[in-house]
Amino acid sequence: MSVDANTVTLDHGAGAHPTDKLFIKTAVLLAVVTAVEVAWSYLPWQDWGDSRALYFAEVGGLLAMMAFKFFVVASVFMHLKFDRKILTGVFYFGVVIAVVVYLAVLSTFHFFTGGGSVLPH
Amino acid sequence: MATTDGTLALGPGVDAPVRPMGVFARPGSTPGWRGWITTVDHKRIGIMYGAAALFFFLIGGVEALLIRLQLAAPEGKVLSADLYNQVYTMHGTTMIFLVVMPIGASFMNYLLPLQVGARDVAFPRMNALSFWVFLAGGIVLNSAWLLGGGADGGWFNYAPNNGVMFSPTHGIDFWNMGLIITGISSLVGAVNLIVTVLNLRAPGMTLMRMPVFVWMSLVTQFMLLFAIPVLTSAQFLLLFDRLFGARFFDVSQGADPLLWQHLFWIFGHPEVYIMILPAFGLISEMIPVFARKPIFGYPFMVFSGIAIGFMGWGVWAHHMFASGMGPISVAAFSVATMFIAVPTGVKILNWLATMWGGKLRFDTPLLYSVGLVTMFTIGGLSGVTHAVSPADTQQTDTYYIVAHFHYVLFGGALFGFVGGWYFWWPKVFGYKLSEFHGKVNFWILMVGFNLTFGPMHILGLQGMPRRTYTYRDNYGFNFWNLVATIGAVIIGISFLYFFWIIWKSWKDAKAANAVLSGDPWDARGLEWMIPCPAPAHNFDVTPTVTRLDDFWHRKYAEDESGRLIRVAETADVSMKGDGTGVHLPSPSYWPIVLASGLPFIGWGLIFNLWFCLLGGLIVITGIYGWVMEPADDPEAGHGHEDDHPSDSDDSSAAAEVAAPEEAALVD
Amino acid sequence: MASADHTDHGLVTSTGVSNEKLGMWVFLGSECLLFGGLISSFLLYKNRSGTSSLHERPHDLYDLAFTSISSFVLLMSSLTMVLAVSAIQRGELRNTRVWLGVTALLGSIFISGQVYEFKEFLNAGYGFTHSPAWSAFFALTGFHGVHVSLGIVMLLSAIGLTLTGRIGRGQAESVEIVGLYWHFVDVVWVIIFTVVYLIK
Repeated sequence: MSVDANTVTLDHGAGAHPTDKLFIKTAVLLAVVTAVEVAWSYLPWQDWGDSRALYFAEVGGLLAMMAFKFFVVASVFMHLKFDRKILTGVFYFGVVIAVVVYLAVLSTFHFFTGGGSVLPH
Repeated sequence: MATTDGTLALGPGVDAPVRPMGVFARPGSTPGWRGWITTVDHKRIGIMYGAAALFFFLIGGVEALLIRLQLAAPEGKVLSADLYNQVYTMHGTTMIFLVVMPIGASFMNYLLPLQVGARDVAFPRMNALSFWVFLAGGIVLNSAWLLGGGADGGWFNYAPNNGVMFSPTHGIDFWNMGLIITGISSLVGAVNLIVTVLNLRAPGMTLMRMPVFVWMSLVTQFMLLFAIPVLTSAQFLLLFDRLFGARFFDVSQGADPLLWQHLFWIFGHPEVYIMILPAFGLISEMIPVFARKPIFGYPFMVFSGIAIGFMGWGVWAHHMFASGMGPISVAAFSVATMFIAVPTGVKILNWLATMWGGKLRFDTPLLYSVGLVTMFTIGGLSGVTHAVSPADTQQTDTYYIVAHFHYVLFGGALFGFVGGWYFWWPKVFGYKLSEFHGKVNFWILMVGFNLTFGPMHILGLQGMPRRTYTYRDNYGFNFWNLVATIGAVIIGISFLYFFWIIWKSWKDAKAANAVLSGDPWDARGLEWMIPCPAPAHNFDVTPTVTRLDDFWHRKYAEDESGRLIRVAETADVSMKGDGTGVHLPSPSYWPIVLASGLPFIGWGLIFNLWFCLLGGLIVITGIYGWVMEPADDPEAGHGHEDDHPSDSDDSSAAAEVAAPEEAALVD
Repeated sequence: MASADHTDHGLVTSTGVSNEKLGMWVFLGSECLLFGGLISSFLLYKNRSGTSSLHERPHDLYDLAFTSISSFVLLMSSLTMVLAVSAIQRGELRNTRVWLGVTALLGSIFISGQVYEFKEFLNAGYGFTHSPAWSAFFALTGFHGVHVSLGIVMLLSAIGLTLTGRIGRGQAESVEIVGLYWHFVDVVWVIIFTVVYLIK
């Protein structure tokens, strides 16, 4: 966490203030990505075979679009892009710890190697 | 000395009349008990945290003595097997959540604003809320004793043993509700103290000029911030299972009990550092004072604390080596656990190097600090042996583990806290605790502690299992168990002695009727610049900081040969305690109102949902009262920044700078 | 060293961010771990739908078209929320109220959709107590629903406070802070929608 050491006066983001036009453009972008996401999940992936590469393309594509939407909402709608870096710091600190820790938990259950999805009997 | 000017210097303000708004008037400064329940002063809240923790310490201590009496001799008859399960579970839960954590919170509440040079915490009302919610949680947890018996599954309450089938009494429900409520308190406190440290530092107090205690508290609060919700989510799953028939830990339907273990220890291991880091911070403040040297390797001290904060997230599964996670997981967590010993070792070496070559003054706080360093090192070394997973599979669930964690939590955290009490007592209450009795008390505690927990290493290696209510005569456990029980009684006596010392010192001080200087130890931190006891407004003017240990450097400088020379009399660089014109946040009824609804929700979920309705109404009343009551600024509602109707609070920074503006308006 | 010149707002903090806003962001960081725990529990359990004859998994019963529309509604409520914030920053109280109201309305539509979905599952015989998979599904989406509902209460309270004059242009930041919470709840749904609904 690098905090500006000096005592600074609040500025309420005056100056680099985003406009409503930017927000509307962002919303359109998010709507388009959401449409692609849904379409992506409706693609006939099974008909194209069940290779690992196809599976990674299906799931990886969805996860990438999800991460993109998350990032765009946080940066633009939540103003992280226009605000002081300390806010980005504390928030993504939590996001990163959550992602790393819970991925580790799921790994110990062999979730990514098939064990987690198997019925017990 | 730039104490009287600076950009945050206060102009002469006026004690503004509170403008009432319907029923939502804020209480004025009331004396007596009403002043305490409506207070938003971080110092009073710190004192209340400490007092409540000491009360729960008595309960947890009695539970500990019951355990030791039961185990003093083979085939003990003091407790039944069932009651023994409840007593050790409640002992662990009480000591961790209602003693060690709140004592840490007590020190942080009292000291953080003083050490960063602030008027109060960032959200004074939320600070009061976090104390009252903590107390509510403690009451719910302990109300189990009166309403059908305590939890009986160990402080971790592993699944599926925590299910209704295996633990049919309501004990675990009380445990669940109590800890969810104290979790809310920790979360509120964490947000508040993090914002305080990041936002309310005095001019010039850069991050790398903050006292080590402030740094360790910041790391602790970040760990709490991220660890508490993990426990809360696990406890919600358990609550749904036990009270509403969900299937999260129902193995017959394909659930995996290891999910509980993982979630619990993801919280549980950061929790270990949450308990010890405040004590590390305290002795990092005390040792330099009594060695009359700056802390050795300040940046290393800070970065090792941060490193512990990060690495503490990657070691939780070493509590689960015996659970069959598979070799890759075990190996990874084993290595990570060995690594986390490194930053801890850095700290120990830094304390030793601080004392090395110093003019050591062995006053009571230093004795306890050295006690922490030595005892924690023993506990740390046995901890590294658990990191080696083959060794751990032999040690796990034996008394060796019990010995280990008492050395780090009692020998570590509690020794630091008791030392801290001796050190900061004059700042808080205006009189010193007896040095002579303090030293005697230290040695009694030291002997009792080692007699109690030292033999547990041997018992554990002999194979004595934890959590078993008795043992047979011919197992070879008799002698060391008796020694441990004698030690426990000595610990009990040493704490009764401590309470007597408090009373005796208070009486002597009252008889002597002397005024204590603000800086009785010739200390280093900003909190020693103000009188003892600390006045309600903290600093007369906000100090401007130019270096680490600023107060010390105002008193002393070094000559060419590096010797200390005094450059100013303490009285000349201290503040007089004159609070004229300082505008403080007004007290509020709503924190205690809001908190008092939570136990009813807890009991209601267990017994009858109508109680939940009552509790919910109280909570909602509290929230709306909170939002609607006037801010302490009399010009509230006229477009001032600090009239936020959000659920947060007015900042003391706002209060600080509001004062001159008001003065201007009135003039 | 420390140069702090007072602006008309007169607030001074060490980081330049107000306490309230920093506090909200710190709290949102903490919420990530709460939802992370619930999402992980769901992922671990999503195929464990019990031993009875009714053993459909949650993703066997999803109505993807329906959920896509309600997800879209929630996503668009983020736009109306941010428009409310920029309206109050310009001091346009009427527009602020309109946008806050539309946001609350969109949130309510989302919640109604969730209630409808839950009822469909219950009618099919899959309740909260059915199996680990269904317990985890209802806990995760239910927790999110409670968060959205709290957000709606906050939005309506904010509208009320603009009417009584307790929120004006000077308190734009309190609307912004409510907005932060709202957007966070929205991005959590972005994750849930992909991880719970779209990925099989």
